[in-house]
Amino acid sequence: MSTTQDIEIRDTAAKMAAADELTDVQGEKMVLNMGPSHPATHGVLRLRLEMDGEIITKAEPDVGYLHRGDEKIAENMTYNQFLPYTDRLDYLAPLANNVHYVLAVEKLLGITDDLPERCQYIRTICCELARISAHLLGLGAFAMDTGAFTVFLHTFTEREKVYNLIEALTGARFTTSYTRVGGLSRDLPEGWLDELSNFLDEVEINFDETETLLTRNPIFLGRTQDVGIITREEAIDFGLSGPNLRGSGVEHDVRKAQPYMIYDRFDFDVPVGTTGDCYDRYAIRILEMRESVKILRQCIADIPGGPINVDDGKIVLPPKEKVMTNMEELIHQFMLVTQGQDAPVGEIYFGAENPKGELGFYIHSLGGGTPHRLKIRAPSFVNLSILSQLLPGHMIADVVAILGSLDFVMGECDR
Amino acid sequence: MTQKTEIGYNSKVEGEVIHTTVDAAVNWFRKNSMWPMPMGLACCGIELMAAGCSRFDISRFGSEVMRFSPRQSDVMIVAGTVTYKMATAVKRIYDQMVEPKWVIAMGACASSGGMYRSYAVLQGVDQILPVDVYIAGCPPRPEAVLEGLMKLQGKVAKEPWAKQHFKPTAK
Amino acid sequence: MTSAAEFAQQLKDEFGELISEPTEFRGEITVNIADASRITEVCEFAKHELDFDYLIDISTLDHYGEDPRFSVVYELSSISHRQHLRLKTQVTEEHGEVPTITGVWRTADWHEREAYDMMGIKFVGHPNLTRILMWEGYPHFPLRKDFPLEGKPTEVPDVAFTKTAPMEGGPFVTIASSENSTVREPRRRNPEDGK
Repeated sequence: MSTTQDIEIRDTAAKMAAADELTDVQGEKMVLNMGPSHPATHGVLRLRLEMDGEIITKAEPDVGYLHRGDEKIAENMTYNQFLPYTDRLDYLAPLANNVHYVLAVEKLLGITDDLPERCQYIRTICCELARISAHLLGLGAFAMDTGAFTVFLHTFTEREKVYNLIEALTGARFTTSYTRVGGLSRDLPEGWLDELSNFLDEVEINFDETETLLTRNPIFLGRTQDVGIITREEAIDFGLSGPNLRGSGVEHDVRKAQPYMIYDRFDFDVPVGTTGDCYDRYAIRILEMRESVKILRQCIADIPGGPINVDDGKIVLPPKEKVMTNMEELIHQFMLVTQGQDAPVGEIYFGAENPKGELGFYIHSLGGGTPHRLKIRAPSFVNLSILSQLLPGHMIADVVAILGSLDFVMGECDR
Repeated sequence: MTQKTEIGYNSKVEGEVIHTTVDAAVNWFRKNSMWPMPMGLACCGIELMAAGCSRFDISRFGSEVMRFSPRQSDVMIVAGTVTYKMATAVKRIYDQMVEPKWVIAMGACASSGGMYRSYAVLQGVDQILPVDVYIAGCPPRPEAVLEGLMKLQGKVAKEPWAKQHFKPTAK
Repeated sequence: MTSAAEFAQQLKDEFGELISEPTEFRGEITVNIADASRITEVCEFAKHELDFDYLIDISTLDHYGEDPRFSVVYELSSISHRQHLRLKTQVTEEHGEVPTITGVWRTADWHEREAYDMMGIKFVGHPNLTRILMWEGYPHFPLRKDFPLEGKPTEVPDVAFTKTAPMEGGPFVTIASSENSTVREPRRRNPEDGK
């Protein structure tokens, strides 16, 4: 009498694992499913790893667990209405996404040269502040995954200061929706630049502390040096961007290669790595944060006064006093709110340096206020594609270090 | 009035002995040590992490450890957009959690689909899980998360534990 | 330094009639490729001779109601000379296939999988043309214009299910600006009625 019963395998992960075990009898390969709910995968990423003991022989990333249909939604919204969705793409640096999105729309509308100076300076401040915030979290999570939990707490405390600044500026801690097509939603509050200045002094001390904890820490070095080496040729061929590309020795930063906004006025360096391992990517992020602080200080010194919006009633909402009293402004307000800015027929691509890499927007417009097609070129999507090439040959413990050093965000990857 | 309704920390202290009801005691233990299972899917996950960090310390409410293992956690905080692709995984993880378990739907996306009314997003995690507390916000501030946790603690404090576990023996 | 327009001209000189006249909009050069089946040759030339070693993006367009229905857009760039070039090619709905360029730039792998997943264009010769953002077995192609935003109910057992999102009458969308403002009033539109 048999007391055992065949247990029906219910979920697909177990089914796939069973199927592989039956066909792959040679050797003793194990299929390990990492994610989608896993503390070290930084969001909902699923990695299907085939392992021979501790060494990974095959790796297949499975993305799409956060695919929300942003691009389809964009075809049903006017350009300003789509702005909150861009916040939630790379949700570690929402201000940067906002700025890059409106820059893309403004390129389509052809008003890039009409943007007032103050607007450009404030947008640059937003981008660089977002860069500091995103790298702080990226490094904190990376350090936490490799075991250094204190670094995580320290970087989060600094991020809380950034949140305070952003909240004073935009009203929300993150998911700001701060910029508008043709300008910004509001100007800098009184005394904000002084607070920013104080913050920059404090955050540099924090960088020094983080470096003290990690840079020459033998455990950290052992886990990250010569781990996850991406060669220069691979990096370019796989379309990597941002610190991942620069870690492999490619000196390509969109702010210097195709300068947008006023980046050509600032004096900053672009750190470039040599070996392309996890440690290089970590070091580049620290150095990039220091360069951002440099840029921010230059912005604070040079920011002019003046208007923050393009002076065109067909692009930017006119001031309320005029809307309530003049017919023309009333019509502009009505058209902008219901039908959006009237874009010309055409298509553009605008790529900019997001903290994660090159964030690009491809907008194809048939005229009118909504795009016919909005494609978001997400840096994390492209950065993740290298995993199936990179992971085999490493040990399972290195996966965590590699994922942390690639610093991707699933909201952006899946859109 | 014969019905026992005092479910709360109501005690009589005599020397070093505390008299209280079983309900009150059990619920007090439970609500002050709610270990969350953070289902941090999207942007709300970042605010959940912020709630767990030094400024908004969630561990002063007893949620010291964010256990990523469903077998060891009490409350699942669904933080972020649940897509249809992720829904089966969320349900499977909820099924693996051990009784007693509660669910907090954090943020607009988890409560009702949020601003993503599209083909790929589950319109609210309450379509697949029984939710106890909804926290509104996009994303909710960490203070709101803590208030949601406190509301859940209030709900747990009123649970009639004894009635569910002890059946009357006398007729 | 050679500009993008000059690179486009070199491309035209090499391939002749296959490449259209380069058009320029907002400082970007776009070139149309008449025959989609030769896209791999063009890309190889662009990479090896013109030094466009960085493929930024592959997008797809759905011109619902027109023939050919789909366009595939390739954004090329270069690390060395930093110029940007866009290649476009058209695909009809019946044919629905384009040769893969994964052999030219390995990053095209995931971009093409996404294009297949969202728009349904098949890439011939792709090493692993499976869905990437939606799940295997999902029957529709979401970014096509005839697929509604709220989705359609589907069921792939043990994998995922979908339901229709409640739209409460929306989404209320405006249209292109050639019409008068009454026609452009934001309202619910079906692609079958003509946008």
